[in-house]
Amino acid sequence: MAIIEVRGLTKHYRVYQKPEGLWAALRGLFHRRYVEVQAVRGIDLDVEEGEFVAFLGPNGAGKTTTLKLLSGVIYPTSGSARVMGYVPWKRDNAYRRQFALVMGQKNQLWWDLPAIESFRLHQQIYAIAPEEFRRNCDELTELLGVRDLLYQPVRELSLGERMKMELTAALLHSPRVLFLDEPTIGLDVVAQHNIQQFLRHYQEHRRITILLTSHYMKDVAALCRRVVIIARGQIQYDGSLAGIIDRFSKHKIVTLQFCEGQVVDRLERFGQVLQVQQPKARLRVARQEVPRTLASILATYAVQDVAVEDPPLEEVIAELFHRVNSDQQAPDSAGQKVEVETVEAGRRRD
Amino acid sequence: MESAISACHRSSSFRQRLATWWVILRVALEERLVYRGDFALGTLMRFLPIITQIFLWRAVFDAVQTSGRADVAGYRFEDVVAYYLLTMVARAFSSMPGLASGIAASIRNGEVKKFIIQPVDMLGFLLLSRIAHKLAYYSVAVGPFALVFFLCRGFFLDGWPSWPVLAVFCASLVLGFFLGYFIEACIGLIGFWFLEVSSLLFVYMLLNFFLSGHMFPLDMLPGAARQWVDWLPFKYLAYFPAAVFLNKLAFPQMLRGLAIEVAWLVAFVLLSRLAWNRGLRRYSAFGG
Repeated sequence: MAIIEVRGLTKHYRVYQKPEGLWAALRGLFHRRYVEVQAVRGIDLDVEEGEFVAFLGPNGAGKTTTLKLLSGVIYPTSGSARVMGYVPWKRDNAYRRQFALVMGQKNQLWWDLPAIESFRLHQQIYAIAPEEFRRNCDELTELLGVRDLLYQPVRELSLGERMKMELTAALLHSPRVLFLDEPTIGLDVVAQHNIQQFLRHYQEHRRITILLTSHYMKDVAALCRRVVIIARGQIQYDGSLAGIIDRFSKHKIVTLQFCEGQVVDRLERFGQVLQVQQPKARLRVARQEVPRTLASILATYAVQDVAVEDPPLEEVIAELFHRVNSDQQAPDSAGQKVEVETVEAGRRRD
Repeated sequence: MESAISACHRSSSFRQRLATWWVILRVALEERLVYRGDFALGTLMRFLPIITQIFLWRAVFDAVQTSGRADVAGYRFEDVVAYYLLTMVARAFSSMPGLASGIAASIRNGEVKKFIIQPVDMLGFLLLSRIAHKLAYYSVAVGPFALVFFLCRGFFLDGWPSWPVLAVFCASLVLGFFLGYFIEACIGLIGFWFLEVSSLLFVYMLLNFFLSGHMFPLDMLPGAARQWVDWLPFKYLAYFPAAVFLNKLAFPQMLRGLAIEVAWLVAFVLLSRLAWNRGLRRYSAFGG
């Protein structure tokens, strides 16, 4: 049985549209305009125990909403989810003792106290046996290299050190499922790398199930074999990282190295010219055109070397996000936002 | 056998709970002590208004005495100053600086999620933090308080009250703390419905200032108003403990007062629970 089972999960919520100007604001007291945001639209997902899955998607795609649903912070509009057999939004203590949510932009440690005090609090809240607490605390702070900082007030730690402490706090109770929302946001390259290393080691070692959202493709490439792309509240892709290119990239990058003395002109007839730096040139060529284009190039010019590559993953994904977003803005596409006009503002309050 | 096991289990889970409370209390206490220098000074500053109060009431009583009376609603000049000092003690228990606005802010900025995700109850957690906050405060404030009361000992014309009265006084202080906590918690939880509670809080502070007896002894209110105010919860936040200490109430009246206070406390505990449950449901439905 999958440790996370999601069926038809949907979350709509209504956002009050604050009008501009004083008069409009006054009118807004009586006539309120709401826009219904369909943050998550019918997601199906199965995650097996021990998987490390990345959620990718543009801002506002529904990644964080999905994590909030799975951690029980919000109720769905419809659909079902089970994590370790529990319905998250019932918030059983037994469930809450077995998972953790870490949000890169929120902190839960006590600001003015050393991290160890927050950890002791977690020990109590999660009823961690003293022996286990000591072992986990030692192991985690050792792996993350923050052991010497345990007794320093959290406010004096750097952002990276603080994030490591947050991770330690979240893992003290040995959760079986971990949700990570942008854990490396705003961190420098070294700290990012450290956290990646740590997550990989910890996940391989403990076989816990992790769902991660991140904007850093490096996090994803380093950690997750399985990638789920969410855009406009729906799953657009679920598979391996490499598979994304096969599925979504319509182009290849062709790099040509011309022979000495070859005059290179009118390259644009073969594809989009990315770069010309005699005697080298890079072209973007539609995938199905590659064999024909190469044949004509080789027939036209004296070429010393040819390389045909996939475009960088980041580019493919950026393109995919862009395409999904521009679909959304097209007037004829199925609307994600539905306007609701209400007369009685008072009644809307419950 | 089975019941023995379950009793044993219950007691161990109770012990576990006690341990949790103790750690929350200790950690919160440590956190507050980080700022001890700040509130040592703050406490002394809080007594400054007493000087203006003394001058103000001196002038009032001078005017009253020219008309041939020695007291106002049973209060001599010294009693009023003693009353004022005692309300400061009462308010050191019942006032909850930053509680309601803090709860509302945590709802607004999403920190409240922490209490949804972790197996810990927010109202209980904040109550323990607040107890720690108060303990830390008293440990420092006891000095300035003792000093001011010593300097002002001349205003306490009747000296110390009897032991039973003192006991009721202490009980009213402790109950005042809990009542103050749950009233403000309820106001803070309104943040689930209205993101900003500061104007509501302002109205509450204003009502509190007049109706708790913080501004003048409630005995000075005209008859009809007095009767209304007697049934409201506000007077327990300042007037009641001071009136008890000054022997303004007969023993049955004191006990009746305590009973009404307990009833209000129970009402606000239930109301805060209800507001938390309802608010959470709303929060969960509307985004979070």
